[in-house]
Amino acid sequence: MNERPVSLAGEPKADIEKARAFGLTPDEYRKIEQIIGRTPTYTELGVFSVMWSEHCSYKSSRRHLRKLPSKSELVVQGPGENAGAIDVGDGWAAVFKIESHNHPSFVEPYQGAATGVGGILRDIFTMGARPVASMNSLKFGSFEHPRTRYLLGGVVGGIGGYGNCVGVPTVAGEVMFDTAYNANILVNAFCLGLVRKGEMMSAKARGVGNPVLYVGSATGRDGIHGASMASAEFDKESEAKRPAVQVGDPFTEKLLIEACLEAGKTGAIVAIQDMGAAGLTSSSSEMPSHGGLGIELDLDQVPLREAGLTPYEILLSESQERMLIVAKRGREAELQAVFEKWDLHAVVIGRITDDQRWRARWHGQVVADIPIGALADDAPVYDRPAAAPKTQPTVKPSISEKRPETAKALRALLDSPNVASKKWVYRQYDSIVQSNTVLGPGSDAAVLRIKGSRRAMALKVDSNPRACALDPYLGAVGVVCEAARNVACAGARPVGITNCLNYGNPERPEVMWQFIRGVEGLRDASLAFGAPVVSGNVSFYNETEGHAITPTPTIAVLGVMIDVAKHVTQFFKNAGDAIAIVRTGKPSLAASEYAALFRIDGESLGAIDLAREAALIDGLVEGAEQGLIRSAHDIAEGGLAVALAEACFNPRAILGAEVELGRAGNAAAVDFFGEGASTVILAIAPGDVARVEKLFARRGLELALVGKVIAEPRLKIGSIDESVSELQRIYEDAIPRRLRGGD
Amino acid sequence: MKWGVVRFPGSLDDGDALYALADVMGQDARILWHKDESLGGVECVLLPGGFSYGDYLRTGAIARFSPIMKSVAKFAADGGLVIGTCNGFQILCEAHLLPGALTRNRSLSFICERVWLRVENASTPFTRATKQGDLLRLPIKHGEGLYVAPEDELRQMEERGQVILRYVDADGRESDAVNPNGSMRSIAGVANERFNVFGLMPHPEHAVEAMLGGVDGLKIFQSIAGTAR
Repeated sequence: MNERPVSLAGEPKADIEKARAFGLTPDEYRKIEQIIGRTPTYTELGVFSVMWSEHCSYKSSRRHLRKLPSKSELVVQGPGENAGAIDVGDGWAAVFKIESHNHPSFVEPYQGAATGVGGILRDIFTMGARPVASMNSLKFGSFEHPRTRYLLGGVVGGIGGYGNCVGVPTVAGEVMFDTAYNANILVNAFCLGLVRKGEMMSAKARGVGNPVLYVGSATGRDGIHGASMASAEFDKESEAKRPAVQVGDPFTEKLLIEACLEAGKTGAIVAIQDMGAAGLTSSSSEMPSHGGLGIELDLDQVPLREAGLTPYEILLSESQERMLIVAKRGREAELQAVFEKWDLHAVVIGRITDDQRWRARWHGQVVADIPIGALADDAPVYDRPAAAPKTQPTVKPSISEKRPETAKALRALLDSPNVASKKWVYRQYDSIVQSNTVLGPGSDAAVLRIKGSRRAMALKVDSNPRACALDPYLGAVGVVCEAARNVACAGARPVGITNCLNYGNPERPEVMWQFIRGVEGLRDASLAFGAPVVSGNVSFYNETEGHAITPTPTIAVLGVMIDVAKHVTQFFKNAGDAIAIVRTGKPSLAASEYAALFRIDGESLGAIDLAREAALIDGLVEGAEQGLIRSAHDIAEGGLAVALAEACFNPRAILGAEVELGRAGNAAAVDFFGEGASTVILAIAPGDVARVEKLFARRGLELALVGKVIAEPRLKIGSIDESVSELQRIYEDAIPRRLRGGD
Repeated sequence: MKWGVVRFPGSLDDGDALYALADVMGQDARILWHKDESLGGVECVLLPGGFSYGDYLRTGAIARFSPIMKSVAKFAADGGLVIGTCNGFQILCEAHLLPGALTRNRSLSFICERVWLRVENASTPFTRATKQGDLLRLPIKHGEGLYVAPEDELRQMEERGQVILRYVDADGRESDAVNPNGSMRSIAGVANERFNVFGLMPHPEHAVEAMLGGVDGLKIFQSIAGTAR
């Protein structure tokens, strides 16, 4: 039974130095020797190093992630499977998750981003859900940085190149440019799928003797040690990591989607998992481990792209578009017929055992034999030291440069790539395939109908790294509030959250502190809205030569509306409608785009009252359900003045707005451009104003009437009096102009 | 009317076309599998959008050799109605069922947006429910939609009325600024000489419900359905 694994001819010896080169610490290496009771083979060492990498094991984050709320009466599946799931009504469950592909996208932007999309899609359809919508959150360095245009073009091209080819619409996203990401960009990809409740598939293996099938693309040498790359900082040699980036084949992915969903209907699948990070190794160890079982693999049966791959390479390859399936014994042929129909490989490469060992054979000889728990569920967990930095970047003395005149500041903000229209980006994505996109990119939240139901889903992905830099807790709370508010502006009630936590090197106490505070912020906001965190991903080591990115928790929120016909858009629709604002806090220039643009510092973030936040969201949803709200727009980057301008840019017909702020002519920059106050701008038919006032008053919130929508296409706010079409021209041309080299 | 929507590996808008025809319009529509040779007695074949066989070589280059395309070519030669949208248009050109070819967009990038189109010939089976000069608002979403053909051929096509749709602005005027992909003569859709095969880059199947942004696509399908009756 316990054959001692052999080392193959020509294979290097495993030792502490090799372990270090694979990213394992000397302590971790000694622990491996202790667990298996001998020196590991080279293959075994490779397997341990990827499974114990931060990327696969969550060893620094795991104990903190347990704090996140993951239960509600709508949760169908919490953390622990490939993705989480929420009951969205009428028998449907929405399966969703967001994941990072930061490191590979910096090294090779097109393929890095493309395979990021591919990976998150597979996490969704392995659950038996048909992917129906994608989103992404992108962070680049400043537009002036010499690499930014190349990275932007590559990442957007990769997302489009893959997403457009698999028939899943990209319905929303966010793009930010900031010097904090000059040397580490962020590419976070989200996917949501729909599955009938009760037809979900699992990644938990069952049944001793059940065959293990390899399906999808053949295995090549790409992506070896991809997981390890994502678990280390960048240095000058990072360019050389290009071979660790996988190469995507969206055509095969499309076939795999159809084949897996069709195979799921046969009832012959026990468990299924994507060969994602750490490829065959992770899928083959995690599925049996979750089921308390073992596995035996015949590596020589794995379909290969070229001859001569070693067991080590086969196990560590991160070739894309591959899945591992545990089938019901005797029903292999049924599954193979489905995959053959779609011209895909489906080969039996092993079986489930009862001995809780992870064993791999090569032409009969055992080349690896490891207690399975040591690779998956019992990998090391660390409680890394955390400490607030000694110098908090808050409240520096104000560097009061000359502030521009208000109208000029508005034009400058609309011209800032962070505020400006991202049409150049989303025009490159198919946002309408599958015929569900009621509201696509360019809105506060995307709205997707569910065919055969009156219900709809609203989706938003958000982040606010500048606020997180000032206060990682408050920043994280604010991001959840903002994403939830956006969904509520569309008329949907927030019901579930997924998160992608992007931070620096967790071995540094101040990064660990940022991370822990971020998780706590996420926890508190999630509890306040009753919207549990059902899935997520942590990306550490976003750091180059000791400089970490700004802490960036990216949050995606799913909202549900009962009647799609009641959805609300951000655009003004009728001249004469009242313009009102509702806010829960005080606006501040801290972490604002205005402060970044005009280098103004010295303010701190406003407090957030989560009870009032929840009340605002509740009011917005009820107002939409009763059909009382003509338009609702959340104030974000650029503050009230920018948000009012955006509300005028109705694609059907532009309108104007006349708004009074404070005493005439006396409003300050913070009134025009302040952020962070959780504010929404509403347009209400004059006859409904009293009802909306009452609706918010019942919730302890004041509806402030500030102006009206006007037919004349001019934006008049205090001292500002600008042509809306001219503002729109600035807003839409900001990014194309810079890409043309006109800046 | 009996419709067949061909499903190639890599077809993406096949489901949307089926939904538009069957669920929205109540037509009798079915999927035709690329490995089959039978068209199952349908009266109109629709080749949908997508990236058939991955389109890694050249759009539509592999699809034209699939078993079903032999039958589609024969069906067209017998006068059967064939419409190809986006990738379907590309396949029809590759198969020489339509003149010209579709090449990489002028911008070199994929474009997804709603555009205005002007009906140039309303007396075809595909446009009978419109009037010449009518404007249609339809989405495009493609990376390779730049229509090219030799000048001589273009001139003849214009004379025969084979140019069916052109990209224009909201007032119906052609210009370089509103030619989204750089197509020669702003061409968005063409028919063969017999007017029983029609290809267009825009997606009528994505403009059949007001909630999703417009219903102008129905006019194309209604034209075809009306023709058959």
